[in-house]
Amino acid sequence: MTEAILSVDQLTAQLGAEDDPIRAVDGVSFEIQQGQTFALLGESGCGKSMSALAIMRLLPASGRIVRGTVRFAGKDLLRLSESGMREIRGAGISMIFQEPMTSLNPVLKIGQQIVESLRTHRSVRGKAARNEATALLDAVGIPSPQFAFERFPHQFSGGMRQRIAIAMALANAPRLLIADEPTTALDVTIQAQVLDLIRNLQSRHGMSVLLISHDLGVVHELADRVGVMYAGQIVENASRASFFKRPLHPYSEKLFQSLPDINKRNRSLTVIHGAVPSLKTTFEGCRFTQRCHRTLQLCSQKEPAWSGDADSRVYCHLYTVGGLQSNALAQQQESEVEDAPSNGVGVGDRLLRVRGLKIHFPLTSGVFKRITGYVRAVDGVDLEIPKGKTMALVGESGCGKTTAGKGILQLIKPSMGKIFFEGEDLVELGARSLRQKRSDFQIIFQDPYASMNPRMLVGDAIVEGLKNFDSAFKFPPKRDVIQSLLQQVGLPADSAQRYPHEFSGGQRQRIAIARAIAVRPKLIVCDEPTSALDLSVQAQILNLLKDLQRTTGISYLFITHDISVVAYLAHFVAVMYLGRIVEHGPVDQVLTRPKHPYTKALLSSVPALDADHRRQVTRLAGDVPSPASPPSGCFFHPRCNQVMPACREKYPQLFRIAKNHVTACHLYESQE
Amino acid sequence: MRLVLLWTDIFVFVLLAVAIAFSVYASRKEHLRAPWGEIGKSSVAMSALVVLAFYLTVGILDSIHYHPKLDSGDQNSARYSTEIVSVFDWMLDSLRNKGEKTYSAPFATHLYSKELVVSGEARQQYVFSRLEHGGAHLQEQADKKLDILKTSTWAAAKAFASWILFTLVIVKFRCYRMRASWREGLRQVVCAGTRVRWRAVLLTLLVVMVIAWVSFDLSQKYHVLGTDKVGVSVLYQALKSIRTGLVIGTLTTLVMLPFAVLLGIMAGYFGGWIDDIIQYLYTTLSSIPAVLLIAAAILILQVYLDNHAAELSSAAERADLRLLFLCLILGVTSWTSLCRYLRGESLKLREVDYIQAAMALGTTHFLIILRHILPNVMHIVLITVILDFSGLVLAEAVLSYVQIGVDPTTHSWGNMINSARLEMAREPIVWWSLSAALVFMFTLVLAANLFSDAVRDAFDPRLRSGS
Repeated sequence: MTEAILSVDQLTAQLGAEDDPIRAVDGVSFEIQQGQTFALLGESGCGKSMSALAIMRLLPASGRIVRGTVRFAGKDLLRLSESGMREIRGAGISMIFQEPMTSLNPVLKIGQQIVESLRTHRSVRGKAARNEATALLDAVGIPSPQFAFERFPHQFSGGMRQRIAIAMALANAPRLLIADEPTTALDVTIQAQVLDLIRNLQSRHGMSVLLISHDLGVVHELADRVGVMYAGQIVENASRASFFKRPLHPYSEKLFQSLPDINKRNRSLTVIHGAVPSLKTTFEGCRFTQRCHRTLQLCSQKEPAWSGDADSRVYCHLYTVGGLQSNALAQQQESEVEDAPSNGVGVGDRLLRVRGLKIHFPLTSGVFKRITGYVRAVDGVDLEIPKGKTMALVGESGCGKTTAGKGILQLIKPSMGKIFFEGEDLVELGARSLRQKRSDFQIIFQDPYASMNPRMLVGDAIVEGLKNFDSAFKFPPKRDVIQSLLQQVGLPADSAQRYPHEFSGGQRQRIAIARAIAVRPKLIVCDEPTSALDLSVQAQILNLLKDLQRTTGISYLFITHDISVVAYLAHFVAVMYLGRIVEHGPVDQVLTRPKHPYTKALLSSVPALDADHRRQVTRLAGDVPSPASPPSGCFFHPRCNQVMPACREKYPQLFRIAKNHVTACHLYESQE
Repeated sequence: MRLVLLWTDIFVFVLLAVAIAFSVYASRKEHLRAPWGEIGKSSVAMSALVVLAFYLTVGILDSIHYHPKLDSGDQNSARYSTEIVSVFDWMLDSLRNKGEKTYSAPFATHLYSKELVVSGEARQQYVFSRLEHGGAHLQEQADKKLDILKTSTWAAAKAFASWILFTLVIVKFRCYRMRASWREGLRQVVCAGTRVRWRAVLLTLLVVMVIAWVSFDLSQKYHVLGTDKVGVSVLYQALKSIRTGLVIGTLTTLVMLPFAVLLGIMAGYFGGWIDDIIQYLYTTLSSIPAVLLIAAAILILQVYLDNHAAELSSAAERADLRLLFLCLILGVTSWTSLCRYLRGESLKLREVDYIQAAMALGTTHFLIILRHILPNVMHIVLITVILDFSGLVLAEAVLSYVQIGVDPTTHSWGNMINSARLEMAREPIVWWSLSAALVFMFTLVLAANLFSDAVRDAFDPRLRSGS
């Protein structure tokens, strides 16, 4: 084996005050070989990004490296002078960040930004620099790079910007690229493009990559080796093949089990109880003990030691005691999965029927606000949700799914269309009667931090709705009602007297659920309720939502871009593209036998976890067009790989594939 | 004595009551208490707070007005003077009634200008005549320095002694609350190991007490800051001006707040044509030169006062009405910037998820504004109010200087500067009026600015996350 390009040994970094430090990185060791991709996998707040910043010596002002060595290409980075380090950054190691919207300077042309990084390290100037920059833009797949050179960051979409960021990072042919959640902010189809790009560039330049991600799928696509991080430490270090075949550490094992998936539909997801511990605590023994399902007496007393071979190593007492071949794990997990009774509610009556919903936002210009056009955020959506069922609304960002959800709840006035809720048209209702009706349909938001008023006690927030609808409830708030609601969503009883900032993201999402179910709604619009949460917490919330549906017969309109969540939770799926639904039907039919080319592409872009099962991958080119000027004919035709002349001329009608399964595509016209 | 409530007094007390009510309310709400605790950690802010508290005490004492009882032989029917004085006047009686003929320098024993004196043998002579009160007790001119030194040392010693006493009370109280030992309590305070920076508070208090005590004791015998053209003690004028400054700084805010908060939030929250109307209103208003508007308003008031002279019994009431009117018109011209901030913030908040959730829960617009938006823009209101304060105190000085400010009979720093203006040209120069006004004003504004900096740091979430 060649010498490692990067070797990190016992790296320990702390943040904050010396006497009460946050131990963000606590004795992390790993190696990256030439041309290899090493992935740091872990939940938020486990120290992945801090490890990367410590390697680059770019820790925030309050941070410091306490211990450890970082050797890069034979140099000890922690001993270099600051100017020596500057030469490494960008030229030897470069970095791409999660947020493509903020990692580029908005007032400089992208060409200038790339040229700048060329100039600092290699003093390439003038025409030569320009040529090289255009070559880089071309290499990362920016169309017409000559033209793109002169444009500003805001003129590009998120995926394009991430490509530009990659181009800048590659400008000086670094030997190591640190990619900090490079695709988290991107849609799946764009994510697939960017992952392909990184992989191609890597094989072309023989570059090593340190990938930081919380997404098992992305890690599976890209990594050669995986390091699982938990509470500032690496707890498992294994090659991809063995990690995905059989994870060793109880934490990694649980992570896999908490992944939602269509096969787990009829039972609760395995959850990891509790949350990642605060990094301020001083640990005794193993850090995962509190949440572990297989604790030994030893675990809470003594720090574990590494065991295993070169291929896979694990930091867990189970293996130091029982050896690597200990297979007690597998037996344990079967019994642990509790079977939830399958949803017994038959096909209920229609609860909600949406007909031709259109929401157009006018674009105005000039002093007199003349309307110059419309953003057609939602452009004719038909939906039906039966009682006690879950309808998933799937699509990429900007396709109008959130707007549609808010339009159904009358939080945004629809421009056109009818929304029948139990036979009553909500659009026609007056303000007063609509307010009375509002207890029947509620909403849960994506961002658990923005959905709570920071200045309001949790108890007050939960009963806010009750106060509005139940005059007997006005004053004083009944404590037992609050208590039973808190209990229902699994929060401690003393939560009512606390403020939202004292809770973690998952707990806040529970509070938001409690607030919504307090008024006994019949429909809840869930607007990506788990996409801001960690995998283990996501499983808790999904279980809670499923339990609520079983016990109260509530219906969900589940807005998401995460196909695995859809597969686990939904009964019906509607796929949305550019303000219109292109395909909808029962979940098993749509996910296993997708008809519309867009649905097919969307499904195949989702990174697969099992190594054996290689799907026929349909990569989508390009970005979602702007809803202000949708393409002529079928909105999808510029990106479609089965495009026909008819597609460019007129928007297809809905064609029935099977009972309840409908798609809007010219391909199925002939079958009619 | 018979109490009198002037218009501005009423407002001052209302404001005080609101402030007390707010602090009681804030001490119960964790999100409001925390930032104030943050301010307590800043030594500079706590020192500034002590200085502000001194000014505030003077201002409040000066706001309790009454007609003093006249000494008349008849015990049954008490007669009251038509003059209106305040508790503060009563405390400074010695200063108030020791008028000289005209200018005298600080600590002088003789007038500043020569005067024609007819001496015993019918001879006329220009001399610097002896002051009636300033240093009147001195036998020998040469004793003056020693006397001043003695008096001030003695006063400083008294101040120090009472400061020690006060410090011990504070430390004892802290020990009692924290259940700590004497030694531990003392050590914490001395080594600045306390959460609230008591050391800074106590040291500033020492400085304030010594200065106040020394000047009070000295002022019994001398004119510490000299006298002005008509022989009134400048120290007295400067102290009386404190109330005017505070009233302008705070009442103006009181006037402007309802406009700014209500209209700003409405514009941002409702949007549409309501937003348009409110925006046009404040853009129009803020494009009229404020000085012009104020001048016009004061002129109108002056004409009104002249025509209705009979309705106002005393000069003090007239002056007070003009002060109030000045506050009103300053308020009307200065609410626009706060309104603009609040509009922007509400515009942002309206789209935030928890407001949307409240809408989905059927909460009425009124309750959404009250429960969700108002508490979340309160920090902006607080920061703006405290920042505006110092600006308004300075504005008073400027407006009085161009004679559209407070009534000429009202004591104010602006009036002091205005009357001292002409004397700047004379030789030898009369410097003390102007400098006294400047020092007093500077101290207040500096303290207010330092304090408002700390308030902004503590309440502004963007700054808080950076620390």
